[in-house]
Amino acid sequence: MDRIKTEELTGAEIVVRCLQAEGVEYVFGYPGGAVLWIYDELFKQDKVRHVLVRHEQGAAHAADGYSRSSNKVGVCLVTSGPGVTNAVTGIATAYMDSIPMVILTGQVPTHAIGEDAFQECDTVGITRPCVKHNFLVRDVKDLAATIKKAFHIATTGRPGPVLVDIPKDVTVNKCEFVYPETVSMRSYAPVKKGHSGQIKKAAQLILEAKRPMIYTGGGVVLSNASRQLTELVRTLGFPVTNTLMGLGAYPATDKQFLGMPGMHGTYQTNMAMQHCDVLIAIGARFDDRVIGNPEHFAQNPRKIIHVDIDPSSISKRVKVDIPIVGNVADVLDELLKMLKGSKTQDISAWWKQIEEWRAKDCLKYDRKAKIIKPQFVLEKLYEVTGGEAIVTSDVGQHQMWAAQFYKFDQPRRWINSGGLGTMGFGLPAAMGAMLANPGATVACVTGESSIQMCLQELSTCKQYRLPIKIVNLNNKYMGMVRQWQQFFHGNRYSESYMDALPDFVKLAEGYGHHGLQIDKPADVEPALREAFKRKNDLIFLDFLTDQAENVYPMVPGGKGITEMILSEDL
Amino acid sequence: MRHIISILVENEAGALSRISNMFSARAYNIESLTVAPTEDASMSRMTVVTQGSDDVIEKITKQLNKLVEVVKVVDLSEAEHIERELMLIKVRAGAKEREDMKRMADIFRGRVIDVSDNTYTIELTGEGAKLDAFIKALDQGTIIETVRTGASGIGRGNRILRT
Repeated sequence: MDRIKTEELTGAEIVVRCLQAEGVEYVFGYPGGAVLWIYDELFKQDKVRHVLVRHEQGAAHAADGYSRSSNKVGVCLVTSGPGVTNAVTGIATAYMDSIPMVILTGQVPTHAIGEDAFQECDTVGITRPCVKHNFLVRDVKDLAATIKKAFHIATTGRPGPVLVDIPKDVTVNKCEFVYPETVSMRSYAPVKKGHSGQIKKAAQLILEAKRPMIYTGGGVVLSNASRQLTELVRTLGFPVTNTLMGLGAYPATDKQFLGMPGMHGTYQTNMAMQHCDVLIAIGARFDDRVIGNPEHFAQNPRKIIHVDIDPSSISKRVKVDIPIVGNVADVLDELLKMLKGSKTQDISAWWKQIEEWRAKDCLKYDRKAKIIKPQFVLEKLYEVTGGEAIVTSDVGQHQMWAAQFYKFDQPRRWINSGGLGTMGFGLPAAMGAMLANPGATVACVTGESSIQMCLQELSTCKQYRLPIKIVNLNNKYMGMVRQWQQFFHGNRYSESYMDALPDFVKLAEGYGHHGLQIDKPADVEPALREAFKRKNDLIFLDFLTDQAENVYPMVPGGKGITEMILSEDL
Repeated sequence: MRHIISILVENEAGALSRISNMFSARAYNIESLTVAPTEDASMSRMTVVTQGSDDVIEKITKQLNKLVEVVKVVDLSEAEHIERELMLIKVRAGAKEREDMKRMADIFRGRVIDVSDNTYTIELTGEGAKLDAFIKALDQGTIIETVRTGASGIGRGNRILRT
């Protein structure tokens, strides 16, 4: 038989060739014993660029931020044992928010697996619950096909991180290299198109709605369906909300946008979610932070349409009437076609009600305060950046304020850990976002507690000249913990005060960056303007903010979404 | 309610733990689980017996279907099906118990598959309830060791589960 002779490559060469074939620009990683051969091959080429982080958690978050801000696959490479365990937080973060990532991990040689070898851990076992899928490659002959599958699985259906564990001997062994063009797996065939009959039923229900509400989540961003969503909302004239994960999918400055829903959602949104007669849920999963107590939510009867690519998200927490399993963009295309020329009900009474709720101005805060209000910093950040920045955040009060006060008009601009709620996410995610969007304005909104969880990455920022603007809302407390303690634990601030804080300005300078501390409201805007003017520098802005400020509205855990604590109640 | 779920899954290392992990991670209950390759060695068939309301069973089948290695899932209890379980039970069978024990095995259509001076090992197949009944029928002091496989199930007639 005639056969084109292909070259024999080592496993390490194959790994790099696969990454090149996938068009991978950046690999975020940290070398170590088990991945030395792969690093050797990375060294010999310049197509795939490596970004050396300072801790493997940072590698996973950076790859994640890269993906969220660009719709490309985030790739990271770490060594066996502690390399992997350090990355687990980042992998779990990506998994909870369905971010397409491929994580390559070194493993001890196949003959040593199971013998408690140096830097051995059961990577596939440890990561199994927090990946979409994972593989252990035992034979170099399976390596290319496995990496191909990893990219395929990560990016199709409901996206997610996929891990490939590669023993060191597999990176040395040789075989012919052929990178498969397609993947066919009998056990994996995610749907794309929604069921036409179901979409038709949805269209009918939409046209009958008198108090409609459109509720969309991260799925709209992940399936790049902002255009379709915007068209749908405008065609129908219905009110719309985007969840924390879905912000930017519909322009926040538009008057049909009611603000975020949920635990720290706006009054008008939560009221509309509760009192609508038809709820159109698109790429959202009725998360506990969004609909609160499901029994309370069910007290008001309403018909629910739910579009989601993952059947297991449908009727998980809330029973829905018209489930549509499919890719959001495809389903919305079809729905828009069906709705063309149809007439909706007169919903002016509903809008009137919503405007009454909106008039409560639930996000108001004391603008005359002598100390810096964190909300004020975010409003100014929005103004100074013209709403054009990519904003990453850590987790806590600052995250909620950023979500409430920075009006995102476009998707993939708001990057935060919604599902897992990972402190330490913001800075490395900003690095990824910066690399994915050269020349973009990237701000990392953080707090003095969160920033310290991945602070070491300031060094990476220096090495790769990443001019991120760090907006540190420093209230010397784990603010959200403090807020819960104030509301629900009798003002007993157990371990939530951050004593012995570093001098963040000196710290930034220590890493070769610039820092600035701001303690007066009047200095907020000038400081931001100055920082964003310096396009090539990382600036660490340390805002000393009101220690007692709380995030409002707030739905206490386990309560219904209309059982809100408002700022005026206190 | 008790449900018996059949799963076709790629016969790959880790597939079993992926499935059992899913049950424990999401706090679903497993009463029994059996697994072995099918006529196609690249595929295994698994039978899981679980308890739960219809809602919970729906969630379980959806979560199973979501696993990348799972090819097909069916809730056998939705329609006519047959289930069988195998038990090997070692019982005391000294001179004075031998007769009775043999008779008891015959009544339940069990077979004595190993004999020693003072023991019998009996093989018994049937639905779980039949095996329970056999255990109950014995003088509890005579039971030395019990091994049960857990249920395996198959749909009746034209109801088939394959790729």
